Amino acid sequence: MVRVLLNVPRLVSKGKPFDVKLLISHPMESGQRRDAMGKAIPRQIINQLVCKLGDEEVFRMNLFPAIAANPFLVFSTIAEHSGALTITFTDDDGVVQTETALVEVV
Amino acid sequence: MKRGLLLLLALLTAAAAPRSGYDDASPETRAMQDDDDANPGFLWVREGEAQWSKPAGPDGKTCAACHGDAPTSMRGVAARYPLIDPVSDQPITLDQRIAQCRTERQHADPLPPESDAALGLSAYVGLQSRGMPLHVAADNPFVAAGRRLFETRMGQLNLSCAQCHDERAGMKLGGATIPQGHPNGYPEYRLEWQTMGSLYRRLRDCMTGVRAEPFAPDSLQAAELALYLAVRAEGLKVETPAVRP
Repeated sequence: MVRVLLNVPRLVSKGKPFDVKLLISHPMESGQRRDAMGKAIPRQIINQLVCKLGDEEVFRMNLFPAIAANPFLVFSTIAEHSGALTITFTDDDGVVQTETALVEVV
Repeated sequence: MKRGLLLLLALLTAAAAPRSGYDDASPETRAMQDDDDANPGFLWVREGEAQWSKPAGPDGKTCAACHGDAPTSMRGVAARYPLIDPVSDQPITLDQRIAQCRTERQHADPLPPESDAALGLSAYVGLQSRGMPLHVAADNPFVAAGRRLFETRMGQLNLSCAQCHDERAGMKLGGATIPQGHPNGYPEYRLEWQTMGSLYRRLRDCMTGVRAEPFAPDSLQAAELALYLAVRAEGLKVETPAVRP
């Protein structure tokens, strides 16, 4: 489990775009570096991220080694119904982590 | 004549006012620091918040057990450090005080320096003083000792802190602007490090940069230098957790 700061407005207007801000504590090791002994440090990045609003997928992203450590991601979406916004991401070790925030449509 | 003198005095005072590294950073870096949602330092702040109420040591004592609610009890604390420890009669930094509290009051194992937990606690405590002006006790001999260290040439490159950060501040080193080198944002997120780091890490990196042997983390010299830096930055607002290039 890595630390994640997920920020979405608690109240949103129906059909009006809002920002989802996400900060993930992750080394995003590129696989290009070597340690002090000259041994290659294996790649360890978050490679995929999916955002769902209720059951509907609203955002999907593939991540690559050039993305810096502790990535900060912002995207916008719209909500038609109140529900849970879930972010699920997978890293190279196959670890899957999910974060949830409740969005209320007014 | 008198007006001319007054004007000169005003200009000199303006020139002497310390300038935060924030003002030398790029607009993108400043924007990262300005938005708490985008500032990666807040990942450590949240870690520190968890540490604050996490039991440690044989008695399972938390920071909160003695200090209560950090936003009230720790407000303004980071702006007063380093201060002179009444027991040892020597300067002590905030990071050292947190470590001391942990080993002597909580009787717990010390947190490894530069660990997420240690930096987190320091960032969480520092955040409670954000926006408050630095004001440390300057009426002690350690300030002058720290100033001497700041102005002493060292290392194979034979450079003093002052040669870059007083005499050449605002000029360029490679592509980067040389900042005045103030300690008002620590622990801070440095993009070059891709992580959070303490003031000690910054000093150590500067010293190895001029190919000098760094002061030991718990040495009197490191504390004196930190104290002088805080006196030198008198009045600058605390920016913890700052973001720097």
